[in-house]
Amino acid sequence: MATLTQVATRTVTYREAVALGLAQEMGRDPTVVLIGEDVAAAGGVFKATAGLLERFGPERVRDTPISEQAILGAAMGAAMTGLRPVAELMFADFLSVAHDIVANQVAKARYMTNGQLSVPLVVRFGNGAGLRFGAQHSQSVESWLMAVPGLKVVVPSTPADVVGLLAAAVRDDDPVMFLEEKALYPMNGEVPSGEHVDQLGVARVRRHGKDATIVSLGTMVHRSLEAAAQLATEGVECEVVDLRSLVPLDVTTVAASVTKTGRMFTVEENPRLCGWGAELASIIGEECFYDLDAPVRRITSPHVPVPAAGSLEDAMLPSAERVADVVRRALG
Amino acid sequence: MYRAQVRVRYFEKKAYDLFLQNLVKGTSHLAIGQEAIAAGVAAALRPDDYVFATYRGHAHAILRGAPMAAVLAELLGRQSGLMAGKGGSMHLTYAAGNFLGSYAIVGAHLTIANGAAWSARYRGTDQVAVAFFGDGATNIGAFHEALNLAATWKLPVLFICENNLYMEYTPIATVTAVARPAADRASAYGLAPIVVDGNDADAVYEVALAAVARARSGEGPSLVEAVTYRHGGHSRADPGKYRPDEEVAEWLAKDPLPRYRERLLASGANPAVLDRIEAEAHDEVEQASLAAQGAPLADPAELERQVFADGGATWRR
Repeated sequence: MATLTQVATRTVTYREAVALGLAQEMGRDPTVVLIGEDVAAAGGVFKATAGLLERFGPERVRDTPISEQAILGAAMGAAMTGLRPVAELMFADFLSVAHDIVANQVAKARYMTNGQLSVPLVVRFGNGAGLRFGAQHSQSVESWLMAVPGLKVVVPSTPADVVGLLAAAVRDDDPVMFLEEKALYPMNGEVPSGEHVDQLGVARVRRHGKDATIVSLGTMVHRSLEAAAQLATEGVECEVVDLRSLVPLDVTTVAASVTKTGRMFTVEENPRLCGWGAELASIIGEECFYDLDAPVRRITSPHVPVPAAGSLEDAMLPSAERVADVVRRALG
Repeated sequence: MYRAQVRVRYFEKKAYDLFLQNLVKGTSHLAIGQEAIAAGVAAALRPDDYVFATYRGHAHAILRGAPMAAVLAELLGRQSGLMAGKGGSMHLTYAAGNFLGSYAIVGAHLTIANGAAWSARYRGTDQVAVAFFGDGATNIGAFHEALNLAATWKLPVLFICENNLYMEYTPIATVTAVARPAADRASAYGLAPIVVDGNDADAVYEVALAAVARARSGEGPSLVEAVTYRHGGHSRADPGKYRPDEEVAEWLAKDPLPRYRERLLASGANPAVLDRIEAEAHDEVEQASLAAQGAPLADPAELERQVFADGGATWRR
């Protein structure tokens, strides 16, 4: 955890932070390699890997065919035999094409072999909605991945977290699913200038408050913060917790906040059923029942595929206004 | 190579006996009749090469050095099993022998073998990776993705199709667009069509040796179709009654073991030596069976071990 207030920083976009984090780790460790569709010569369809081919060469930064199973299988085989591969799957929706490799192979290898095999790989995905790409290029897949034992699931919400959590993911000996929020790629933020390594499984309190706890993830953290700012003008002080990873899940930080505020809201981009907030609500319901002043409320997308038209997509995603409205009514 | 085939045959027969005694639960897939492919390829490999197999993988595990007692114990769900009972028959893995797993989702491991081959080249070794798979795998997407990537990246990998003519219960010919399910696809990936008699360990060895040499010298992958026949059904639940009697009889006459023994005798081998090989394999299997049956059941304390690299299953803090 190198994030100190005195550390010099520089401003980069969330997109640039991906390449920054990868370059930091590839420069440090020659076993770190990067593969995926368009990641090398083109610098990635999201331009998140620009410059890496030039710096690290074609054996370490490799373009692949449109073969998601082959990409993740190659990453897995390399991870089992001494490398620390980072594989990009481009749009997170493409996970469904390679879900066998992720869910049946990567996630279970250590367990089925009783620890004989280790799969230290990172899979990067462009996750989430907001760009009018429609139902097959906009899904939030974090809850799909959270349901598979053996995977770690990380969703950074700031450029600094992209660098720090990506570094931690690369150094982790477990398979880490690293979900980059597509809607956040243009976002600017401060990143520590030197080597920056964070810790998986530690949530961050992004705003302190005493009246309600809003737990959020990725893009929705920013909408939650917007809602909290609005509510503050009305005299309601919300605490906003950024989970940052779903596995490991930082129940301790959430429970501490709920114990203080007595109320919990989750803000989730995913469709309603089986979203991560349902699991968290159940845990908090079991473990913090006597601290709660009201039932946990979940604010999610409705249970529909992601629509393409801007007016529909905007209506689907939890907005700051909707978050503020739900909190306001609940506390009213 | 005769010893290898005999060891596998006796092991598989013991596994079947234990199944008949209701000691092996779940499912298992035996390679009786297919031993020559495992033995021929194994003989062409170095200990540091990587091997990937399917759920019909007992033979490959044993020939990469997995102790028979541990393999049988795994089949019996014992604590002393190769994976302490967590994997079972379909997921045998022996990393100490670079046997990097048996895979029960058809075709997946071809893509993973590519990764091991790529890693070997990246690390500057001349190790090769081998993926064994059945004829049924040639119709799944991962096969084609893996072949294309291996050819494009010129990876040091051998794809060995154990074509036993049936994908599970269905003749492969009735569900495949070409006559040779693997070899007829080779040209699509710029590879030579290689078909070998999979019941002839020497022939398999020669083909594997050439493919290994090609891989080690950086010339890329090979796709080998070894034609064989399983003497039993697909899995322990399958008596294999869908196969014509004449066909079964024809292939039993081509049983790789007596065939190999006769060849050795014809070339002047001492029958007493061959008898001793058989007796030793018999003893090895019997001792393994006794040890496995005497071992304690898999410890429930294992349940939440080795999900994550810290050795546990903790998903929260």
